[in-house]
Amino acid sequence: MTSLETTDTLILTLFITGASANSVRAVNNIRTICNTYIPNQYTLEIIDVYLRPELAQQEQIIALPTLIKRSPAPERRFVGDLSDTKKVLNGLGIVITNDGY
Amino acid sequence: MSSSTNQHHHQASAAILQKSPTGISGLDEITRGGLPLGRPTLLCGSAGCGKTLMSIEFIVRGALEFNEPGVFMAFEEKADELATNVASLGFDLNTLVADKKIRIDHVHIERSEIEETGEYDLDGLFIRLGYAIDSIGAKRVVLDTIENLFSGLTNQNILRAELRRLFGWLKEKGVTAIITGERGENSLTRQGLEEYVSDCVILLDHRISNQISTRLLRIVKYRGSMHGTNEYPFLIDEDGISVLPITSLALDMEVSTKRITSGIESLDKMLGGDGFYEGSSILVSGTAGTGKTSLAASFVDANCRNGKRCLYFGFEESPSQIQRNMRSIGLDLSAHVESGLLEFHSSRPTLFGLEMHLVAIHKRIKKFQPDIVVLDPITNLITVGSVSEVKAMLIRLVDFLQNEGITVLFTALALNNTINEQTDEGISSLVDSWLLIRDIEFNGERNRGMYVMKSRGIGHSNQVREFIITAAGLDLVDVYLGPEGVLTGSAREAHIVKEETGLALQGYAVSRKDREILRKRRMLESQIANLRTEFESVEEELNKVYMEEELKKNIQEKNRNDLAKKRLGDDNKKSED
Repeated sequence: MTSLETTDTLILTLFITGASANSVRAVNNIRTICNTYIPNQYTLEIIDVYLRPELAQQEQIIALPTLIKRSPAPERRFVGDLSDTKKVLNGLGIVITNDGY
Repeated sequence: MSSSTNQHHHQASAAILQKSPTGISGLDEITRGGLPLGRPTLLCGSAGCGKTLMSIEFIVRGALEFNEPGVFMAFEEKADELATNVASLGFDLNTLVADKKIRIDHVHIERSEIEETGEYDLDGLFIRLGYAIDSIGAKRVVLDTIENLFSGLTNQNILRAELRRLFGWLKEKGVTAIITGERGENSLTRQGLEEYVSDCVILLDHRISNQISTRLLRIVKYRGSMHGTNEYPFLIDEDGISVLPITSLALDMEVSTKRITSGIESLDKMLGGDGFYEGSSILVSGTAGTGKTSLAASFVDANCRNGKRCLYFGFEESPSQIQRNMRSIGLDLSAHVESGLLEFHSSRPTLFGLEMHLVAIHKRIKKFQPDIVVLDPITNLITVGSVSEVKAMLIRLVDFLQNEGITVLFTALALNNTINEQTDEGISSLVDSWLLIRDIEFNGERNRGMYVMKSRGIGHSNQVREFIITAAGLDLVDVYLGPEGVLTGSAREAHIVKEETGLALQGYAVSRKDREILRKRRMLESQIANLRTEFESVEEELNKVYMEEELKKNIQEKNRNDLAKKRLGDDNKKSED
């Protein structure tokens, strides 16, 4: 099984750019990861920066797609299409126990 | 090259390439109008060379002077640090931001906080920048220093492709952009940004030699435009950046035929009666203590009294020192300072590099608009540069001053060693008039001899004059040219005395002869008087005899008549009856 290091709910925001290839992949990847490892223990907000350009400066966004884990602290950022599952899990603090295999 | 060809080139290129003036003093002259309009320019240089300051000044001046709002995207400095930095130049960044003239975006990107998890692009940057540009209608953009992205993100291939896309996008946006880049080991920028920005590349340098730093600017390339290719020094001070476009391409300045007094009447006489030409350059050289500064001060004093504006750069003495010292020869320079006609600027040559001195001088001149500039002494500048560097600097300065029609007087200290003689020689070829004050050591004392070594276009005296400094001012007197050679000082005085003695003796001899003649005349005259008296007495004697004879004769006649009457008494009676 897998478990989170904490019992808190993960609050995630994913910034994308419309329906670009990277964006579509990123959305699919984060959904798969969350549903697989931490179902019911996360909230995911997806924001299209094209529609909310003012957020780019506010949120210090340069590279897209960008995933921000806002809670629990510390805040973490992931850029890219989130295809490197291991890095994403690691960064989100999701621990895979041996029983999972 | 003549100015007309310049003009032609300029116009031809302007037709193809429009420019956006930076408003930075001097830079627009070097670039012939500014940066390529609507295109990115690469501004590169090592750390601390002034890239950020130059680019923020481009934005601020654009907003203030050309009504072009600008976006400043900082990848390095925090926004408040930037504001402080700009405030030191006298601009209030926060007000400009509040007025929507400038938008500042600080990009924070930290590798340790970011996980790269696959393919990405920099659309975030594009959207962010695009939004900033559109929100204030920006015409200018600065990205300072975009290379910092390379330390925040690792995927070089993505970054490079995205940067290429970014510069293309900026052109499409039609903004005039400055992209700054850090100087690399073997390339202009560490990440080879010059590969992407091909329109205009400006390199800033910060060089230190002899512990003195000089900031230099060079335009590496400027596609489709004429530009100056030299290294131009620039200065950062309370007014921002000033670049010095010092080498004029042409020797075509207007010259004046008006004359300007040297401040010493007898020197004016040596210079054909009227002094120097207006707008000419004058070198006064001489060994230590020969009165170079006094001559310069006297020149300044006389012309201030004629209402001319003078700017005095001292590299040896402080303004108050010069004013005090000149009071001892009867020159009251402080009065001119008070009336605003005279301004002193003293700085140690070692304060900064030669180029910076030049920029500083240039700036002061532009500000004060003088008729006359004095540099006293230029030889002190050799402490911060080589002879050839000083000469190069002076050529540029003389060029600039002549273009402005400003008369300049340099003083130069001549020592009895070869380097400084070379300086004289080197500099003398670029000045119009050269006065040399030389020590004449003779008879156990030092005196000053002045020569007019050259004076272009002025019939000048070839005579050596003795240069005399008194409490009443300066004067030139003819030296005594005797059988023993040129005599000056007390030897000259002695000779004059000797001559005067000779004259007195001669005069005495002459007057003695005169008196002798007078005495002779008086003696003779008295003899003549004696003789005349003698003659008168003789004459009187003779006259007396003659009178007696006459009287005797009259009396005898009378007696005879009486006798005859007596004898003829009847007759008388008869005749009486």
